[in-house]
Amino acid sequence: MAKSILRLSLNGMAREDAVADNVLLIDYLREVTRNTGTKMGCDGGECGACTVLVDNKPRLSCLTLATSCAGRQVETIEGQGVDGRLSALQKAFHEKLGSQCGYCTPGMIMAAVGLLRVNASPSDQDIKQALGGNICRCTGYVKIIESVRAAAAEML
Amino acid sequence: MNKMQPMIGRPMALIDGVEKVSGRAGYTADLDHGPALVGRIYRSPYAHAEIISVDLSKALKIPGVVAIITGDVCDVPFGIIPIAQNEYPLARDRVRYRGEPVAAIAAQDEASAEQALRLITMNVRQLPGYFEPTEARAENAVALHDNRPGNLEREVHSEFGDVDKGFEAADLVCQETYDCAEVTHVHMEPHASLAEYDSERNRVTLHTVSQVPYYVHLRVAQCMGLDASRIHVVKPFIGGGFGARTETLNFEIIACLLARAARGRVRLKLNREETFITHRGRPRTKVTMKIGMTKTGKMTACDCQVEQTGGAYGGYGIVTILYAGSLLNAIYDIPAVRYDGFRVYTNTPPCGAMRGHGTVDVRHAFECLTDAMAHQLGLDPFTVRRANLLTAPLRTINDLEVRSYGLPQCLDWVEEHSDWKNRRPTPGKITGIGLACSHYVSGAAIPVHWTGEPHAVINLKLDFDGGITILTGAADIGQGSSTILAQVVGEVLGIEFDRLTVIANDSRVTPKDNGSYSSRVTFMVGNAALEAALGLKSILMKAAAVKLDVPVGEVECLGETYAIIGQQGSEIPFNDVVIQALVESGTLTVKGTFTVPKKFQGGKYRGAGVGPSMAYSYSATVAQISIDENTGRIAVENIWVAHDCGFALNPLSVQGQVQGGVWMGVGQAISEETQYFQGLPLAANMLDYRVPCIVESPHIEVGIIESIDPNGPFGAKEASEGSLSSTLPAIANAVYDALGIRLNDTPLTPDRVLAAMAATERKGA
Repeated sequence: MAKSILRLSLNGMAREDAVADNVLLIDYLREVTRNTGTKMGCDGGECGACTVLVDNKPRLSCLTLATSCAGRQVETIEGQGVDGRLSALQKAFHEKLGSQCGYCTPGMIMAAVGLLRVNASPSDQDIKQALGGNICRCTGYVKIIESVRAAAAEML
Repeated sequence: MNKMQPMIGRPMALIDGVEKVSGRAGYTADLDHGPALVGRIYRSPYAHAEIISVDLSKALKIPGVVAIITGDVCDVPFGIIPIAQNEYPLARDRVRYRGEPVAAIAAQDEASAEQALRLITMNVRQLPGYFEPTEARAENAVALHDNRPGNLEREVHSEFGDVDKGFEAADLVCQETYDCAEVTHVHMEPHASLAEYDSERNRVTLHTVSQVPYYVHLRVAQCMGLDASRIHVVKPFIGGGFGARTETLNFEIIACLLARAARGRVRLKLNREETFITHRGRPRTKVTMKIGMTKTGKMTACDCQVEQTGGAYGGYGIVTILYAGSLLNAIYDIPAVRYDGFRVYTNTPPCGAMRGHGTVDVRHAFECLTDAMAHQLGLDPFTVRRANLLTAPLRTINDLEVRSYGLPQCLDWVEEHSDWKNRRPTPGKITGIGLACSHYVSGAAIPVHWTGEPHAVINLKLDFDGGITILTGAADIGQGSSTILAQVVGEVLGIEFDRLTVIANDSRVTPKDNGSYSSRVTFMVGNAALEAALGLKSILMKAAAVKLDVPVGEVECLGETYAIIGQQGSEIPFNDVVIQALVESGTLTVKGTFTVPKKFQGGKYRGAGVGPSMAYSYSATVAQISIDENTGRIAVENIWVAHDCGFALNPLSVQGQVQGGVWMGVGQAISEETQYFQGLPLAANMLDYRVPCIVESPHIEVGIIESIDPNGPFGAKEASEGSLSSTLPAIANAVYDALGIRLNDTPLTPDRVLAAMAATERKGA
């Protein structure tokens, strides 16, 4: 497969990598850049665990070609900390037990980041809609909703 | 006494939570141990066939392929139950389900592995496939396993008390049959193993997704023909388990065999479809339940028949079919109980243990029939439960010991919080509300793999740096067990939480533990941690006495300072006490163990070993639903659940565990079902296998009931599996309340609801 030079911004840092045209964004992130926080939970587009932001919008990195992100801003869970500390959302998921086994958590948090950027004080209904494509098998979602709500309140 | 803020009984975030929310947690597929070969598994396209030959010749020609192995590399069977090991890591002679591993490839890259996979073929003589228990049990059916004629893995027949007399004494006797579909765990992390073979030293290191790593360790040694000391097993972060990973799974052994064949490191990641096929979920269970009751709702007898469609291999089957009967007891006072259980082999992926192991479908049947009989007798469902309560302490008719029993308080809590007495239909909407109860063990009193050792061992290490490391073999799989152990140790020692580190599961470092199953870790390993911490505390108190130059009886621990009792200004800091303690012995290692006393290990009859536990949790659940009359879709709107966990060491974790368990029950109740056509999985993905998403999940309000168990660590017992079981029947009973229709079979899909509504209309017209 032919390779081309992929230039993009990953968590605010410019990158330049030679990437084959058929490489998925999730494999680029995990294998090429070794950012393994983004998770593969299904065989493609079923579970939301691989959610990242591309130009501020939540995207399933398992259904996105890496080269389609040329020139764009890609954000993953690894870029969420602020001055070495957890972001409000990360802190809320930690303290409110929005994360149990943790496997869906990076995708869940990235979907929530996407929501809070366009809606600073979401209703429970808004939260459910934004996270509707993210499956969690541990929490029953109750504490995930509480986590997003708490983070939104703290960020206001 | 500890003068710092208590470390138990208050909400605490997970000790490894920061790693999880920051993306730094390393799961098996994330580990970077250097270049690794790619492993792939060739799986049987046949449901039941004799293997004549497996042709690898074309696949071996693919450049990049390093090794391909078949069943020829291992003729030693494995399985979770020592007396029922009938599975090979790679099939030999016969395949018994579609998707069974037949060959495995190690290649330099994905593309070569994939290409080779497509070139493997197998030559077989097909055998009749059995997908329904009736087919498998039919006369003249071919036995899946030669030593199991009739395709029965186990038959159980038991009677405690006089059941016939009990029915004679009843005013109302009812019988119904319930058919609960097979479900599976769908832990978010797909299966994965990283195996490395050191050919210089003939040793294997395996990183894998196990809930019971020591058992994987033993089975790998067995199947590789290696001394167990040559195996090293590490459990990284694990993305859930729910029982799937309590057995050693075929791919874990395959990864090790492949690594040896390729003389290197192999990364074997299963995709989601393969993870579904690896299965070990809850079997399809047909329950025929018969209950006798007096006019006041007092139960006089119970007769229960269970048939489980177990799949192709033994797995946990014997335990599952025994649990189903044993735990008919220890929740209500029923004087006579008869049980007939049948575990059947079929040509489908093997079933195993899943959250609420063995009890969920039987509890569904029992609580639905109880609800139906309450209505027939004109009694409130709460009244009937209250007419049959136990009085602890007691020994049940089948020799289970109940020491704490919070079910009465659970009933009170859900009755009040759901506003049960004032419930009214919502105008313009079909709504319903239903009640059910359940219970579960706090650790199996007899481990599956019985050696006579203590049930749990904890090591604490305290060294020159003043840090305390908790070494445990108990696998934290997301349920928060490492956090609970740290809380127990921290509480006893009165130290800061940050002084504690937990190392969970590295066979070269951590003591053996029976693993994370049957809700045993908080109770058993918690008790071992308590003993270890008390041991360390006593060493520190003696050291403080030396340092303060007083008898130990005059020393008090004030958290991270020690002082002479009542003498202000005498305080010395923790680190000084540690240094003094090390003078005597150098680095401190303190061990704590826990063993279940004999009297809690059950009776003397055959099968008595499954069901006994030192403590049982209790739950009551009220579900509120609405039904869309056009689509037949059930919306579970609210659930109130009260769970008697003995004592909530970490109320945040208890809530999270109960909510998760209940929610998993919602999925089984309304949408989840593995489906097969002639043994071919039809729903082996997360779209067709309908796990509820956030939009269709109810609010779940948890009431924590604390009955303070006399044997639990600080009174604690099980907190999650128990409340799953009452969810299904609470929802089914709510459907009756809404429609006046009894739907006995799960899941309660829109199709079933619509068909039942149409049938009732026809009958009415």
